[in-house]
Amino acid sequence: MHELGGAEAAHTAGGPETARLGIWLFLATEVLLFGGLFTAYTVFRMQDPALFHAGSLKLNRMLGAANTVVLICSSLTVALGLAAIREGKIRMLKVFLGLTLLLGAGFLGIKAIEYSEHFARREFPGTDLFFSLYFVMTALHAFHIAAGLAVFSGLLWLAAKGKFDAGYHTPVEVAGLYWHFVDVVWIYLFPLLYLIG
Amino acid sequence: MADGISGASGTGRGYLAETGLRSWAFSLDHKRIGVMYLYTTMFFFLVGGLFAELLRLKLMTPGPGFVSDKTYNVFFTLHGALMIFLFIIPAIPSALGNFFIPMMVGAHDVAFPRLNLAGYWIFLAGIVVVIASLVRPMDTGWTFYTPYSAKSGAAVTLLSFGLFLVGMSSILTGLNFIITIHTQRAPGMTWSRMPLFIWGMYATSVIQVLATPVIGMTFILLAAERLFGVGFFDPAKGGDPLLFQHFFWFYSHPVVYVMILPAMGIISEIIPVFSRKPIFGYKAIAYSSMAIALAGFLVWGHHMFVSGMSSVAAVIFSLLTFSVAVPTGVKVFNWIATLYRGSISFESPMLYALMFIFLFIIGGLTGPFLGSLGTNVQLHDTYFVVAHFHYTMMGGTVMGWLAGLHYWFPKMTGRMLSEKLARRAAVLILIGFNVTFFTMFILGYKGMPRRWAEYPVQYQTMHIIATVGSWVLAAGIIVMVWNFTRSLYRGEAAPGNPWGALTLEWQTASPPPVENFEVIPTVTEWPYSFGRKGAGDA
Repeated sequence: MHELGGAEAAHTAGGPETARLGIWLFLATEVLLFGGLFTAYTVFRMQDPALFHAGSLKLNRMLGAANTVVLICSSLTVALGLAAIREGKIRMLKVFLGLTLLLGAGFLGIKAIEYSEHFARREFPGTDLFFSLYFVMTALHAFHIAAGLAVFSGLLWLAAKGKFDAGYHTPVEVAGLYWHFVDVVWIYLFPLLYLIG
Repeated sequence: MADGISGASGTGRGYLAETGLRSWAFSLDHKRIGVMYLYTTMFFFLVGGLFAELLRLKLMTPGPGFVSDKTYNVFFTLHGALMIFLFIIPAIPSALGNFFIPMMVGAHDVAFPRLNLAGYWIFLAGIVVVIASLVRPMDTGWTFYTPYSAKSGAAVTLLSFGLFLVGMSSILTGLNFIITIHTQRAPGMTWSRMPLFIWGMYATSVIQVLATPVIGMTFILLAAERLFGVGFFDPAKGGDPLLFQHFFWFYSHPVVYVMILPAMGIISEIIPVFSRKPIFGYKAIAYSSMAIALAGFLVWGHHMFVSGMSSVAAVIFSLLTFSVAVPTGVKVFNWIATLYRGSISFESPMLYALMFIFLFIIGGLTGPFLGSLGTNVQLHDTYFVVAHFHYTMMGGTVMGWLAGLHYWFPKMTGRMLSEKLARRAAVLILIGFNVTFFTMFILGYKGMPRRWAEYPVQYQTMHIIATVGSWVLAAGIIVMVWNFTRSLYRGEAAPGNPWGALTLEWQTASPPPVENFEVIPTVTEWPYSFGRKGAGDA
């Protein structure tokens, strides 16, 4: 039988295993959220492949590729941060979290440049179905990046307050899984949008 | 009966001991969060019901009546949207689920208490946005079909955002429940010893988690359509209005099982307790919940038979639709088999449970009329549909919800309800309900289209009968609400286990202490072993 550990124990029911299950289930919901858009993409591209071919040629492949590299690097820094805190290296964790924040912000910066290029050429959501999909998909993805940056800022703050050590770092792990997911979504978006032309 | 269980709190007020707004608003206790959901959803049940009464009043006359057609559109949109999104979807899962899942699995709380509280506040924020959007009232119907919803003058964008938040809260709740059921079960509670309400809620949560993101995306796209004219649903821009309907029903069909599965779970708890018999076919009921959840994802197209979908798709969807009837039938037969030769007692929870079975069978048997391609073309968008889904949604879900409220009221409040008032309310509700909605089957069969503000005069008699029925129904609801309110303050003190049930939530004080159990119980038997020596009613 389990002994009751006071009111605190009652409200901190979940351990790392529970948290891990939780985030995986959450990511499943994210797959379905993006799934709606990927479905729309499939339907519309089957209806009008020429439009998608032409639209894709108007995207800036260099910036898209640069963003892919930036994002993969940020996934690496997150993984390195987790490896560091698993060995109790709190300073290294802070360094890697900081790098992740920089890379994530860099991604959003590059995206902003791309958007402004499109606006300058009068390419908007609503211009045609390709650009509508492009803007909605990348904007939703960028929103996920921004949410991730908020999470990592919070983690950095907690790390600075010394909340994490080799024994407890569940939030870092959970946030890392989220970040890898956002990364993977981009890995699908990049070829589907930029490389089909 | 096994009462006289010692209260852990020592105050006799259990989890309700602390008072003040802050003790509720920031509570991580799943029971308090459940109660907050209960009050919120109940409020919208009453508001939605008020709009229903206004609708019926307007429909007493075939002509313009006391409100304009435009206002009538607003009435039925609000009745539908409030009832569906703010009452019937969250009512059982978020309120009763939150309160009872941790207790029934023998845990101190859900797996993520903070997420749980966040879910409530996101829900409330969503409601505020929804209400704000009513500055320019909705006139699209609760389905928001494009192209009209893309052009309507109502605040559809804002409403989309509000419902996106409500959906997000629904996802978080479902996620929390799944993880709770996986990780927080008391020692000895194997999957085959779980109460059937938990099985029902597990299946429900799976749907919530897997279907809601799709409607979230649909609302994002609808908002993008209105803000930027992205054209996904606009044929002029190469888009496809059917895509909206596919997305909408991919969520909204499975979600009718979010509405009904928890209610079926409640019925599966109540029937054995008040028949004092082990539930018949435990595994069949448990697995049929999962089967319904699964099948629910495959049948959304039956809402679109006459929308221009290919006829091959229509035939396939029609066929798949019938498959849902199989696990549903399994459940109904199991309940009836449990009742057979039981020593039945007719306390109010049982009355509502039996009303559920009676009304749900009518609702269920009229389903195939609509699921069959041929009859659907005749009955599509007539009052037959309205009657059918009110028999399943209100006759099913709402009766299940009421059965649950009457069953668990002593546990939640520490007070007993007045049986006399509960019976009177039940009789009024049963009569009022059938007069209102059975009339609509006939109306629909005779060809009265749904949603129409004005109608040919030959339908008026039927409409008057339905309206009078709605008054009886409302009277029943008023008596019931009076009973709840009165008993909350003046009801007799409830023992720990007034019904002699065997599930874990009854094996602690009423109202339960803050952490549910002084000592986490060890489970050695399944919870329906009535009649065995030493079990509950010995």
